[in-house]
Amino acid sequence: MLYEYWFAGVKPLSDTKKKKLRKIFGSGKEIFYTEEKKLENTGILTKQDMETLKRAKKEKNLEESWHNMEKQKLRFVPCFAREYPEKLKEIHDFPYALYVKGSLPRPDERVAAIVGARRCTAYGEAMALEYGEKLAGAGVAVISGMARGIDGAGHRGALNAGGHTYAVLGCGTDICYPRENIGLYMDIQKKGGVFSEQRPGEPPLPFYFPQRNRIISGLADIILVMEAKEKSGSLITADLGLEQGKDIYALPGPVTSPSSQGCHRLIGQGAGILLSPEDLLKELDIHAAQMCLNDNKEKKVLETLENMVYSCLDLFPKGVEELAACTSIRPRELLQVLTTLEIEGLIKEVSKNYYIKVRK
Amino acid sequence: MAFSSVASAALQGLGVELIHVEADVSNGLPMFHMVGYLSSEVREASERVRTAIHNAGLSFPPKKTVINLSPATVKKRGPSFDLPIAMSVLLSVGSIPEHSLDGTIVVGELSLNGCVRMVKGVLPIVMRAKEAGYHTCILPKENTAEGALVKGIRIIGGASLKELCDHLNKVKEIPPAAYEEGMYCGDPPGSNLPDFSDIGGQEAVKRASEVAVAGGHNLLLMGPPGSGKSMLASRISTILPPLSKEESMEITKIYSVLGMVKRDRPLITGRPFRSIHHTATKAALIGGGAVPVPGEISLAHGGVLFMDELAEFQKSVIEVLRQPLEERQVCLTRSHGSYVFPANFILVAAMNPCPCGNYPDMEKCSCSETQIRQYLGRISQPFLDRMDICIETPRVGYEALNRKEKGETSAEIRARVIKARAVQNRRYQGTGIFSNSMLGVKELEEYCGLDREGEALMKRAFTALGLTARTYHKILKVARTIADLDGKERIASGHLKEAIGYRTIDKKYWGR
Repeated sequence: MLYEYWFAGVKPLSDTKKKKLRKIFGSGKEIFYTEEKKLENTGILTKQDMETLKRAKKEKNLEESWHNMEKQKLRFVPCFAREYPEKLKEIHDFPYALYVKGSLPRPDERVAAIVGARRCTAYGEAMALEYGEKLAGAGVAVISGMARGIDGAGHRGALNAGGHTYAVLGCGTDICYPRENIGLYMDIQKKGGVFSEQRPGEPPLPFYFPQRNRIISGLADIILVMEAKEKSGSLITADLGLEQGKDIYALPGPVTSPSSQGCHRLIGQGAGILLSPEDLLKELDIHAAQMCLNDNKEKKVLETLENMVYSCLDLFPKGVEELAACTSIRPRELLQVLTTLEIEGLIKEVSKNYYIKVRK
Repeated sequence: MAFSSVASAALQGLGVELIHVEADVSNGLPMFHMVGYLSSEVREASERVRTAIHNAGLSFPPKKTVINLSPATVKKRGPSFDLPIAMSVLLSVGSIPEHSLDGTIVVGELSLNGCVRMVKGVLPIVMRAKEAGYHTCILPKENTAEGALVKGIRIIGGASLKELCDHLNKVKEIPPAAYEEGMYCGDPPGSNLPDFSDIGGQEAVKRASEVAVAGGHNLLLMGPPGSGKSMLASRISTILPPLSKEESMEITKIYSVLGMVKRDRPLITGRPFRSIHHTATKAALIGGGAVPVPGEISLAHGGVLFMDELAEFQKSVIEVLRQPLEERQVCLTRSHGSYVFPANFILVAAMNPCPCGNYPDMEKCSCSETQIRQYLGRISQPFLDRMDICIETPRVGYEALNRKEKGETSAEIRARVIKARAVQNRRYQGTGIFSNSMLGVKELEEYCGLDREGEALMKRAFTALGLTARTYHKILKVARTIADLDGKERIASGHLKEAIGYRTIDKKYWGR
């Protein structure tokens, strides 16, 4: 296996060439020991590639890196392994190998990708969380990129519902990027898996991220774009998904919001529209019986003042002054009402004295 | 008489050290020699004194003159010894009658033409002189009003050396400065001051300012650019409660040491409002120098220190405020001793929520989350925890700008503040506490007891909102002030809820 690990890590050599070479020679060990002439004769490799291979053979701390990987409970899953998801093999440039912490999606598992902008509004984040929760609650696994913003919220939602969730990273699987998502990184490993096509120890380089998006879309059955600007990485995922023949859904937002422009464009081009998680599940033929598990939360009876303030709030942050204007309650009483609502967990303060509704 | 001694004084921080200026004029080679641990500006006095005596038309005999400033352990600085040195020489040569300067303290700078110039720190010097049992102070004419603030000591103000000699020789006596109540007060509150009624809308912020001032709580204003943070802060001084006479004197003392009092109206009767720019250094803020002089936080003693654009300040500059905010004084230690300056002020700080100032309005905000985190990261959580009240200042809408009816005036708000302060004064009589913000953990138990409903509320809030012990205590203090404004003996849950709404931002939960 060490030789396979070595071969998978040879860089820069394209996945396609690796796959062809291995088909011819049968194993990594064979490739390692085959004479250069024979390799050259296959006609696959250019002069540069030969140099690359030669250099790679001299790699010194290969064994050390292999042992390190094992120590970190990381698994090496090459494309010819049984564990390698069949679904991923359907895309034309599927990765040669994956490095996995936790598990990979099961073949019979339905997977939904929740993707979107890192810089998102409170609305997008809340919706990602909700879709994550509802989908995972109905037994659909959530896959995403563990980035800030929408990605993280999608994962978190799935975890909240106790469902499966998978994160595809744009760096070595042993690296948690972004660092503030360390909590997610640890939790996802327990309820699913974190994996990457990059060898452990690879830093998060900018061009790895668009590449990993094809894995997200490849493993997903449907792709939900929660929030995307006109030019957004999430649109790359959606385009890739389209090429791979996946269903794309987009979440509408206010037409004036730049954060939703990309989604609206997708809807215009024929993507499915996300009206509610229930609608989506119906479309996926998942029946309500499964999903209504935690939907019977009792509605708290609110006092009139509180009701009034609560009804003025939505997912777009509102300040005290603004609320005072639309409810005509004096600020000091308004603050008391807001505190009550916040303690009840019905609203959330997203910035100093800016509040949003919490979706229940 | 060959030997003479004149009493004078040297400033040491805010304290005063009494100094004896001794002169000995004897036969020998003509020379003027000065000893007694002198700094160079005191050494230069020899030239000024000699020339000033000549130009005042008095005789300076060509004899061996030795001057000693004792005690020799205290480093003497500044030009205020010119006049006592000249006096002691004149006393030695008999130009001034013997014993005429007994029980008298003399300070003043001399000009070459014999005029007496004003010096810094006259008020603390006169106070100290009175304490030490002196009956007269001879001061520069321009400092007379300042010295006269101290009752029970004779203040003689001299414009020139000649005038003072004539006075002491009883040729032409100078009448002592008389003190009359209200005579030397600073500017009375005029009508051209800004007023709270100028601000349209912003009711929540106005209320928060009122609570902050009523309880002496620190206030943090957050909001987008152009939301009137600075406009609001500059009006906070108009609702501060009036100063008591003792406080007035204490503040004037600090200003006197820095030479910042007005000549004719030296007494500071309005609470200070100090606005500092974000390029301020540590020394400018807390005070500094080889022999430390008070900084901005001491100049704001009893009043308001306003820091606009808090996040633009150097991090280390903000952090030095932590200890003074807690102890309400600042202690500067040098190799030759420690200096304590009072610094009991209300800190009002203003900042944007993110570098562009528009967060959480994502349509306008162009900052990445990392940028926002970094921006807030410039202010440490311990510092944020010291801000009792935190409130958002929203962008002012068109309606608020064009409202016909005026908001509450400063006078109305001030009346409520004064009432709430009176309640606190009565409650904390004899405890050394002046306002709710000064309550310690022990006192909190005594004065901020909660009923069962309040306790249940705080218990839920503690877990639901992720409060820390420090924020919990701050909430209690602010709730106490709100109850005082309400005229209530006990803290009700409504007061607590409002106080919770004012709690400081916790970066851990920011935006997530």
